[in-house]
Amino acid sequence: MLGFVVRRLTASLMVILLASLVVFAIFYLGPANPARPVCEASNKQCTPERLAVIEKSMGLDQPVLVAYRDFMKGIVRDRDVVIGQAEYHCDAPCLGVSYGNRLQVTDELKQHIVPTILIAIGGSAVYLTLGVAIGVLAAARRGSVEDRLLVSGSLVVSSIPYYLMCLLAWIYLDLKWGLIDTGYFPIGDNPWKTFTGLLLPCLVLGIASCPGYARYTRGQMVETMGEDYIRAATAKGLSNRVVLFKHTLRAAIVPIVTIFGLDFGILLAGTIFTEKIFDVDGIGKWGLEAISSPQDLPVLTATVMIGAIFIVVSNLLVDIAYGFLDPRVRIG
Amino acid sequence: MTAVSMDRPSGSAGASGPFLEVRDLTVKFPTADGLVHAVSDLSYSVELGKTLGIVGESGSGKSVSSMAVLGLHDRRSARISGSITVDGQEVVGLSENRLRKLRGNQVAMIFQDALAALHPFFRVGDQLAEGYLVHHPKASKRDARKRAIEMLDRVGIPSPSARVDDFPHQFSGGMRQRVMIAMGLINDPSLLIADEPTTALDVTVQAQILDLLQDLQREFNSAIIMITHDLGVIAEMADDVLVMYSGRAVEYGSCKEILSHPEMPYTWGLLSSVPSVDSDVNARMIPIPGTPPSLLSPLPGCAFEPRCSHKDKVGGDLCATQLPELRPGGRGEGHLKRCHLTDPDQIYAAEVLPEIEPDLMEDGR
Repeated sequence: MLGFVVRRLTASLMVILLASLVVFAIFYLGPANPARPVCEASNKQCTPERLAVIEKSMGLDQPVLVAYRDFMKGIVRDRDVVIGQAEYHCDAPCLGVSYGNRLQVTDELKQHIVPTILIAIGGSAVYLTLGVAIGVLAAARRGSVEDRLLVSGSLVVSSIPYYLMCLLAWIYLDLKWGLIDTGYFPIGDNPWKTFTGLLLPCLVLGIASCPGYARYTRGQMVETMGEDYIRAATAKGLSNRVVLFKHTLRAAIVPIVTIFGLDFGILLAGTIFTEKIFDVDGIGKWGLEAISSPQDLPVLTATVMIGAIFIVVSNLLVDIAYGFLDPRVRIG
Repeated sequence: MTAVSMDRPSGSAGASGPFLEVRDLTVKFPTADGLVHAVSDLSYSVELGKTLGIVGESGSGKSVSSMAVLGLHDRRSARISGSITVDGQEVVGLSENRLRKLRGNQVAMIFQDALAALHPFFRVGDQLAEGYLVHHPKASKRDARKRAIEMLDRVGIPSPSARVDDFPHQFSGGMRQRVMIAMGLINDPSLLIADEPTTALDVTVQAQILDLLQDLQREFNSAIIMITHDLGVIAEMADDVLVMYSGRAVEYGSCKEILSHPEMPYTWGLLSSVPSVDSDVNARMIPIPGTPPSLLSPLPGCAFEPRCSHKDKVGGDLCATQLPELRPGGRGEGHLKRCHLTDPDQIYAAEVLPEIEPDLMEDGR
């Protein structure tokens, strides 16, 4: 078991490092020059000579691997970051200083990650419960009118573009009818306002994603119902309810948990549409702004790294959860 | 081994006849390709303490007919007619609630593949206890667990109190089948339906499991339906034998009768295709030519006619046009056969017996 965990952790670390290196390199070597906006922002005219000086000060003249090494060093110890003529002290773990607002990326990250985590937890809780419940009920009544309604209904929901659903919900429920005040209000100030502010984004996210879960759950349930052990459970004299919820769902839930873990990691990496439309300052919106011109390389690298970490960690958690859910793969 | 408490009297009240009686059972499944005639006009009965062996190849309706005894077919997709009475109670058309009281309690089932039939994610003790608790609502979880350990011990699982918390995959194939049997017998059922209980096991384990079933039958005086395609198992276990082909009974009688004086060419075919340990390595096994007919559109005549090598001995095209009745042949009322041949015993003695190695024949006498 220990060997398994160590191996998995090493592999996970490699994936995270590789993802950050690739992103760093793509933007570093890309056509957008981070020094140009800095140069243009100052009052003086941006001459090629000045641009070159700024590039040098920012370390952009160095080979990409050297720059990446400097960037990664900041994670373990403090470093000073120079942007143009200004010099900033960046505390470890340092992910650089934003080219945009010149704040430490690590501090920014800590703020932006909270609403994203809240939306991910809330939204996934909605789609998991709703999707699995619908899927189980449809499977129990498979072939019936209700089953077909559920399946075709879910098709309708999933055929509506997600951003449109977000937009409509926001325009009507918040803007026009004023039923709910959406947005992120810091959890320290007023937790209730935080909850109501994120309720709508979570609901919309949950409802939009639940058809996939409903159909997947239905499929898994129907497949499990054909298993011998389900027939054997019925032959023991158990009630339909026990056979359905205890025996069938218990077996059908395992692959659903796998998919859920992966989806959850992706949500944590940023719910871009949701955050953008409901104006929530999360990782997704932050990263989206960083990629818009002028690009903010430190912020971008940080968002991609945190995304990679979340996805890798959720993969790891899925593997560990598998061991608990399925005694056959339990090791040692 | 600890003795299992036995409060059920042998022979139940209210039934004077056989414990299980199946009359004209017909099971059809509508499919996209048409109506599948899985079982047609099947009748048989089993008394307490007796074993009925049902033989036939895959798709002959063996399992389908016995699943109907427990009402395990999907009500929406299976069309069942005829009558099945368990201890005098009609099962066909019985409500789900009433059926549930029957299942696992009076009638229990053992499945072929214990690995597939035990839930992979639950501990065997919990699976056993669950079956006990559902029919003993007043029992505590502790009682049920005790009972589970008792049953594991009874079916010969070593150190049952340690193994009760294991998962099915931690057992060997034979041990797993014992767990299955323990699960089937936990409520002292009067009828045990064993659907190919030894097919997935190697022969030494197979013999142990059959011995175990016989021991338990003697102790519990239960009726057993043994579904198999293995005539060796039949010879070992059965009092009566029902040979099925294409959803119908083609031969039915006592085990000795059927194995020593079979009167139906399909049964001859089954006997000819059995290999024997002590037979000459050069001796030929004689397979039945062809494949079973489609159950979608039953033939007008005998279902075995296309594969039968003796049909020429019946005059005209009787075999192809007219379904023979299941009726007594030349060996008396107790031996039914579905065949147009008028002198099957002579044909058997003259043509078939010399081909089959003789040891198997001596067994039956």
